[in-house]
Amino acid sequence: MKKALRILAVIILLAAVVFWAAKGGHRGWTVNNIALETPDPVTGLSGVTWERVFIPGCDFLAAAALVAGVMAAASFLFRSKKAQN
Amino acid sequence: MPRKMLRTRWTALLVGSALALPALAGPETFDFKDPKNGNKIEFKLDAPAEKIAGAANDISGTVTFDPQNPGATRGKIAVATASLTVPNALQTTTMRGSQWLDAAQYPQITFQATDLKNVKTNGDKTTADVVGTFTLHGVSKQVTIPVEMKYLKDKLGERLGGNQKGDILVITSTNFSIHRADFKIMPGQNLDKVADTISLTLGVAGASPK
Repeated sequence: MKKALRILAVIILLAAVVFWAAKGGHRGWTVNNIALETPDPVTGLSGVTWERVFIPGCDFLAAAALVAGVMAAASFLFRSKKAQN
Repeated sequence: MPRKMLRTRWTALLVGSALALPALAGPETFDFKDPKNGNKIEFKLDAPAEKIAGAANDISGTVTFDPQNPGATRGKIAVATASLTVPNALQTTTMRGSQWLDAAQYPQITFQATDLKNVKTNGDKTTADVVGTFTLHGVSKQVTIPVEMKYLKDKLGERLGGNQKGDILVITSTNFSIHRADFKIMPGQNLDKVADTISLTLGVAGASPK
């Protein structure tokens, strides 16, 4: 159990970093809305509509690190198996 | 004078008057609820630890504009508080929530124009400093907003793509600022992340169908 929790913690952390990097490695807050500008040739204005997206940011990495940390800490609650003669 | 000649003169007078009417047209009322969703107000906050930028697009209101007398322009523009959006969903929810803008209790942010100063008109463009009452978070303050108004005569059909006749009034502002503390939005708190100064930019178009 101890080993399984630690492996799982590493997997979660690595997966989060890979996912974050694959999504562009955004260094700000997670982006959930992107403004789409629609120019109007008559008025010269650009209206805005919001598109739902998910671009993970540093808060996503921090949350993943927290979960991994809790799992790694929990692993210390389990005793190691002693070698039997 | 023969009766036929008199009738011809009356007809000419009526036609002439009808042709002259548009030039003498009085104030028009423009509706800023845009069916094409082309209106927006952008806001920016630049705090030491964080920059926040977003926009609102649910805009309504009416403005009365007289092409012959732009200085007499009056009206009210309203923004639905619940349409203020920033890229992060959690920040958007927090911003609209009870601690900050409290969209449930104060569903609209409004500006009521009461006077225009420094009015300058050049062709279809008018620049002016619009004095009015800005209401945000239930608090009303008098502010002055520098704007440019562009009167687009008979352009409504071109914009909407139909047979609709009418005019368009485009109102844009250069940057103007308000202070959230003036409107009792968490005054003096979280200043490192949420700046007190809020820069606003307006770009709206209203329609006056005929």
